[in-house]
Amino acid sequence: MPGKLKSPKELEALHKKLAKGLETDKARVSVCNGTACRPYGSNPVVEAFKAAIDKKGLADKVEFKVTGCHGFCERGPIAIVEPGNIFYQKIKPEDVPEILDKTVLNKQVISRLLFKEPITKAEITAQADLPFYKNQRRIILGNNVRIDPTNIEDYISIGGYSALAKALFDYQPTQIIDIVKQSGLRGRGGGGFTTGVKWESCRNAHGDIKYVIVNADEGDPGAYANEGLLTGNPHSVLEGLIIGAFAIGSHQGYIYVRNEYPLALKNITNAMEQARKLGLLGKNILGSGFDFDVRVNRGGGAFICGESTALMASLEGKVGEPRAKYTHTVEKGLWDRPSDLNNVETWANIPLIINNGADWFKKIGTPTNTGTKIFSLTGKVNNTGLVEVPMGIQLRDIIFNIGGGIREGKKFKAVQTGGPSGGCLPESMLDMPVDFDALTKVGSMMGSGGMIVMDENNCMVDIAKYYLSFLEEESCGKCVPCREGIKRMRQILNDITSGAGKESDLPLLEEVGHCLRDSALCQLGGSAPNPVLTTMQYFREEYIEHIKLKKCRAGVCKDLITFSITEEKCPDCGMCVKACPAEAITAVGKRKPVVLDQAKCIKCRTCYEVCKLGAVKIE
Amino acid sequence: MKDAVTAIIKKYGNDKSQLVSILQDIQSEFNYLPRAALDKVSKKMDIPQSQVFALATFFRAFSLKERGKHIVNVCLGTACHVRGGELILDSLQRQLGVTTGGTTADHNFTLESVNCMGCCATGPVVKIGDEYFGHMTNEKVEPMLNKYK
Amino acid sequence: MKCVNWGLLRLSELVTLSINGNKYTAEKGQYILQVARAHGIKIPSLCNLDAVEPYGACRLCIVEITRENRKRIVTSCLFPVEEGLIVETDSPRVIGNRKMLLDLLLARCSENKVIRQLADEYGIEKSSFEKEYWTKENCIVCGLCARVCEQVVGVSAISLVNRGITKGPASPYLESAKACIGCGSCFYACPTGAIKMEDKEGYRYIYNWRIKYKLQKCTICGIEWAPEKQLEYIRKKWNLPKGFFDVCPNCR
Repeated sequence: MPGKLKSPKELEALHKKLAKGLETDKARVSVCNGTACRPYGSNPVVEAFKAAIDKKGLADKVEFKVTGCHGFCERGPIAIVEPGNIFYQKIKPEDVPEILDKTVLNKQVISRLLFKEPITKAEITAQADLPFYKNQRRIILGNNVRIDPTNIEDYISIGGYSALAKALFDYQPTQIIDIVKQSGLRGRGGGGFTTGVKWESCRNAHGDIKYVIVNADEGDPGAYANEGLLTGNPHSVLEGLIIGAFAIGSHQGYIYVRNEYPLALKNITNAMEQARKLGLLGKNILGSGFDFDVRVNRGGGAFICGESTALMASLEGKVGEPRAKYTHTVEKGLWDRPSDLNNVETWANIPLIINNGADWFKKIGTPTNTGTKIFSLTGKVNNTGLVEVPMGIQLRDIIFNIGGGIREGKKFKAVQTGGPSGGCLPESMLDMPVDFDALTKVGSMMGSGGMIVMDENNCMVDIAKYYLSFLEEESCGKCVPCREGIKRMRQILNDITSGAGKESDLPLLEEVGHCLRDSALCQLGGSAPNPVLTTMQYFREEYIEHIKLKKCRAGVCKDLITFSITEEKCPDCGMCVKACPAEAITAVGKRKPVVLDQAKCIKCRTCYEVCKLGAVKIE
Repeated sequence: MKDAVTAIIKKYGNDKSQLVSILQDIQSEFNYLPRAALDKVSKKMDIPQSQVFALATFFRAFSLKERGKHIVNVCLGTACHVRGGELILDSLQRQLGVTTGGTTADHNFTLESVNCMGCCATGPVVKIGDEYFGHMTNEKVEPMLNKYK
Repeated sequence: MKCVNWGLLRLSELVTLSINGNKYTAEKGQYILQVARAHGIKIPSLCNLDAVEPYGACRLCIVEITRENRKRIVTSCLFPVEEGLIVETDSPRVIGNRKMLLDLLLARCSENKVIRQLADEYGIEKSSFEKEYWTKENCIVCGLCARVCEQVVGVSAISLVNRGITKGPASPYLESAKACIGCGSCFYACPTGAIKMEDKEGYRYIYNWRIKYKLQKCTICGIEWAPEKQLEYIRKKWNLPKGFFDVCPNCR
């Protein structure tokens, strides 16, 4: 690696040299080894490529890149072969030699590994043509495919750190703030506060020492957008942070990474070391005279630490309890000093805005919600993964065009956005634009970008109970409404889902919910009732069924359902008999259906899962 | 043990604000937070015992009890929940004969749950050590565990 | 935030605010609760004590404020006064929320006298929540014991441990609190009588922290007037001669 870069010219020279390296005739294979591809076995695929390239002596003919998340996690492990933008999915290590022989060396496409349109069965070769990608606008995530996140040269080769050079040498700090303000960028962590205004307040706050912080404590269960970004393109976040520090007048930054993200932690730590070596971080950055350094802190496994004041308490080495924000953290934050905290995704937007200008950014999205937003599209949708869409897109577009609709031809029931602070929206709201204000208006939230799709087999009362159980455990326990209120609401929902609910439970839930909204100390408590209140608003009939008819239409609430075996459909194959962990199913005799003993049944659903003929019925 | 703890504290320059990271490193070293190590931290860094204990009990990542050789982590994030993550946890509890947080008698497994590990698209997910298992079903639980027996 | 000595800030900026329709002058930096109490306006609160920094845990001191024509609920123990602020301490929204908070506390502390009395004041007969879920706690986790121990006594012998519904004050590792000097500040600070302290047969017991300390006997009158450990702590801190506390304050 070259030594310290002492001027923007030296950076530009390095960029040119590295960019030239990209203009080769060499084939390129880029394999996703993001966290979500790993459960599918992407590691063995990567190893297989390395071994095969070595064995076949192809090192001069093919450039092999292990990258972060490509987004289409559902189809992992994934590889893209250039030229041709050929998208291979669900690759196994056995497929690797064939990919090298046929596609890389002879430009033949292996149709077995292509994505097939679920309905028309048409094969799609190029990544850009897949409906999953075609309908997105991947200004931030798009680069994940092009770079090895552990190599700073890859980032520089595609123009990385040029925005930093521009910011340091072409602009005054206040000009940068103006550009960010003009871009209309709003905080991607969920609150949606205007980033430029926040920066300005922090810059103007009294004090010589100021801090900038990356909030990478993505605790929202079911959301992993920040993980994908920090793991797949750590330098973009770091570059944004350094620019922000310069604009605000800070010389020390912190990156607070969630404990459950070991790969993100590794990649950002590595990125910082490399940036330091190249003089992009540390003293006298690029010869500008500006000093700035960063420290990484690991979270300890607490959802509440995503809240800015709790995160700062944790950075100070204390228990992650939030405090009232009547004095803003931009004035009195970490160690009572002015501190600007932004989400991973917010920081990653900064280099793009500096390089392309506020007007370019404003053209994406809507006038009050500019730019793109990354969502982790998960749950009962066909194409799960990380998607990046322009703000203002309709929910329906995301779920049906990009997400490819509901799995197994089932019926859409609800979409949850904003995690434990958000709400569940019904079918009738699918034409709503996705932006900060619209989502808040209907009782949900943008949050950090979780988007969980639910179908007819999901019980909305159970979902509300799930979020409350989550919050009950994650509440810091400091204030009465959050600590006691969530527990009581969860107990009421327990009663409802176990058949002991009363009609008076519903107004009581609402009353506690409103008290939490009004009087909880922080946003975790204040927004905790959202999943309950929205499901009660949009799916009230399910609550009433649970209470009055003792019925769970989705077949989820264990105390309200029974499993039985339909005689006509049962082939007496014995699969369920073998699989049942409670020995509740017995075979009566040859060619006779099996019998399920209700007294022994623990409702674990195993029989339902193993029966290929749908003979197991849930009522 | 004391040397290892001293080295960890030194690595962080005796910085009190790095207490969470220091406890993390101690846990990586010993697989849990041994009492003697915590006392050492308290003494060496001049942090009241009560504060170290508060921190160790506040964060979910820390364990004050000795844990098994393999940590089985079941994801209960929302994306895993809607695809039946709890049923996988039930199944693991049955097969290991312990409840969440428990360690098997042979000290081979400790069963824990986590609220999301950032690979939601592949839920339900279980992680054993550093290895991830996606799209889990009740049926896959036994063969998965057998790999570690 | 450090405790501010208001006496030194006499020259600081003054602001005018309205509480329940009456105008008051206060110093910038004061909290609503302080100003209200100084003027005899009653706002209930359990977790606030002048000697320690405000914490905002019990939420009973919530009030409704109007700023820029927008109404909002804030915690009066933490909200700094400002010019033109309009405060209502008993608006219907405040009362509604406060009642729910007491309802929740009542379900937790179903037999606690302090909570019962507050609930009576707000006309709450019994908690709205299912009786089978009520608990008989006395502690409301206001943290005063731990905060006094840290901020006033300066020994941090105890702390709030765990989180969420299991959070509560405890001694380290739930063993006898080694750093405790037995001064009993926690006992006096506790608003709900959740700390059990007793002086008996020459010893001080604080059962919550599992301590039993010998009491110092006055060499003159013979009364057992303070734990030896506490006196030793003070003696060392102020560099007093050995035997300084052999005699009780009354006999000195």
